[in-house]
Amino acid sequence: MMNSILPLFVAIPLGASFLIALVSRKRKLPADIIANLSTLSLLVLSIIIFQARGVYKIGGWLPPAGINWVLDGFSNLFLVIINLISICATVFSIKYMKHYTGVYKYYSLFLLMTAGMNGVVLTGDMFNLFVFLEIASIASYALVAFGGEHEELEASFKYLVLGSLGSILILLGIALVYGMTGYLNMASISKAISSSGIGQVHIFAALLFITGFGIKAALVPFHSWLPDAHPSAPAPISAMLSGVLIKAIGIYSLIRIFFNVFGMNSIFGGMLIGIGILSMVIGVFLAVGQWDLKRLLAYHSISQMGYVILGIGLGGFIIANGGSLIVASLAFLGGLFHLLNHSVFKSLLFLCSGSIENATGTRQLKEMGGLLKKMPVTGTTCTIASLSIAGVPPFNGFWSKLIIVIAAMQAGYYIIGFVTILVSFVTLVSFLKVMRYSLWGPVSGILANVKESPVLMVLPLVLLALLCIGMGVIALPGVTEVVLKPAIEVLVRGAEYAGYVFSQL
Amino acid sequence: MVFALCFVLFLTGLYCILTKKNTVKIIIGLSIMEAGVNLFLVLLGYKNDGVVPIIDRSTDIVHFLAYSVDPLPQALVLTSIVIGLGTIALGIALCMRLYVKYGTFDIAEIRRLKG
Repeated sequence: MMNSILPLFVAIPLGASFLIALVSRKRKLPADIIANLSTLSLLVLSIIIFQARGVYKIGGWLPPAGINWVLDGFSNLFLVIINLISICATVFSIKYMKHYTGVYKYYSLFLLMTAGMNGVVLTGDMFNLFVFLEIASIASYALVAFGGEHEELEASFKYLVLGSLGSILILLGIALVYGMTGYLNMASISKAISSSGIGQVHIFAALLFITGFGIKAALVPFHSWLPDAHPSAPAPISAMLSGVLIKAIGIYSLIRIFFNVFGMNSIFGGMLIGIGILSMVIGVFLAVGQWDLKRLLAYHSISQMGYVILGIGLGGFIIANGGSLIVASLAFLGGLFHLLNHSVFKSLLFLCSGSIENATGTRQLKEMGGLLKKMPVTGTTCTIASLSIAGVPPFNGFWSKLIIVIAAMQAGYYIIGFVTILVSFVTLVSFLKVMRYSLWGPVSGILANVKESPVLMVLPLVLLALLCIGMGVIALPGVTEVVLKPAIEVLVRGAEYAGYVFSQL
Repeated sequence: MVFALCFVLFLTGLYCILTKKNTVKIIIGLSIMEAGVNLFLVLLGYKNDGVVPIIDRSTDIVHFLAYSVDPLPQALVLTSIVIGLGTIALGIALCMRLYVKYGTFDIAEIRRLKG
């Protein structure tokens, strides 16, 4: 079954993308239908194969000569996240993109981006990863510029220059790894490195990968493009970029390469922890002062990605130093759970900001007010998402942050735990500001005629808000085993990746 | 020695991206950097006095394995050149649109986004 389904994750969006460009140039309806059907089918497929494991050999060629796609717990988790947010964003786009021209181009690029991301999380080959990463990145450069106005073009240019710089560094890293080991297949590289040990060239390649993927994931100090690029895109694209793109092509690749290809050691773990804390603290303090709603949300993405990298880096550091595996799994659980939660509540927040912008025509917090009365559904979902990201119980964000703090405390890193709590507090302050200015208070005069957004725009908001409320259950013992445990196992047994791939051939 | 020259090319591109103010020149810098990496990649598979990596009936396999250049980096470089072309075409298109909107190629004057 797996062999017939796996290619579809790239084939469906790629095919739909070109089909839309062919048939939907004049009218918008076919594009809406094709895009939504393809993202829906992708979500269904990703849930169907959630328990499946295996290796797909493209064209039947065996590694290291051929390219293979590897389906393990970690890839499964990302497939579900990517395709869940995709379907929410495409449903939201039906009404939101009404005012734009050339909607077929929008959907084509959107599906290209989805195809690229699905490919990145499935592939088991370094160069294949680079190709899919570039498909997703180039589509996203174009989507950021989709509005075609001054700010959009400027943001897209910045994003393009920095993003391509990142890609070139990644390519140089891949070239160095190929030169050292003679393989491009991740499992073969992993085997070669574990027998030869880590040398100076490997460390240089690792630094190139940290910089390259760090640029793609907008980790501090490589974050400068994100606060411009994410707010400039149309709202569903902002949701995709912040919700999944930086995770799928940045965080995922970074983790896959460090845990499964190079093998974790305490230097890499320490680096990840350092970058995580830096992103967390700097991101949140830059966010507090913002008055543009989408820009504020974009800065929070940097900060929340810091939590994810911190949790995962902490786990790797503990394992590399021979610490307790239980504490390390707890740190991985916190990091991955927060990644899952962040994609849900951050896409929800960006879609809410799109709904508000669509109804009121503004993104400035100072010009809003009393929207909870005027737009009850958007207002309520926005409140839920704000409380989730700020880490207020019982919403999902609270549980994942709590797990990261507990893991840090149990490992004896009290300062890290304290910083995490402090950052969470500042996040709360900044989202109280959002709620105070946009949702509560008197209705400002210009907004007297504002109405709730249409049903198709509200539907994904409600779905994501329900997930925000309900996803706390994933932290419960019985459910974690099914949802997150397989992904955690991949990280805990990072060195066994090569053996796993070769055993599945 | 050759690899050092690739690195020089790479750094030239990086210098160009970091210091030039003209948007088109920044894109040219990206292109130079990419050329440096591509050259490095293709040189990895090169052998002195190597033969073309194509097998026909009369080829002696042992001799072939010892003397043929590595064909894999060549395939990779082809792909990466195409990807680079896509990026650069998009970059130049953005430069043109920016010129239409702002009336300048100077990035010091294209700065509405800050904070």
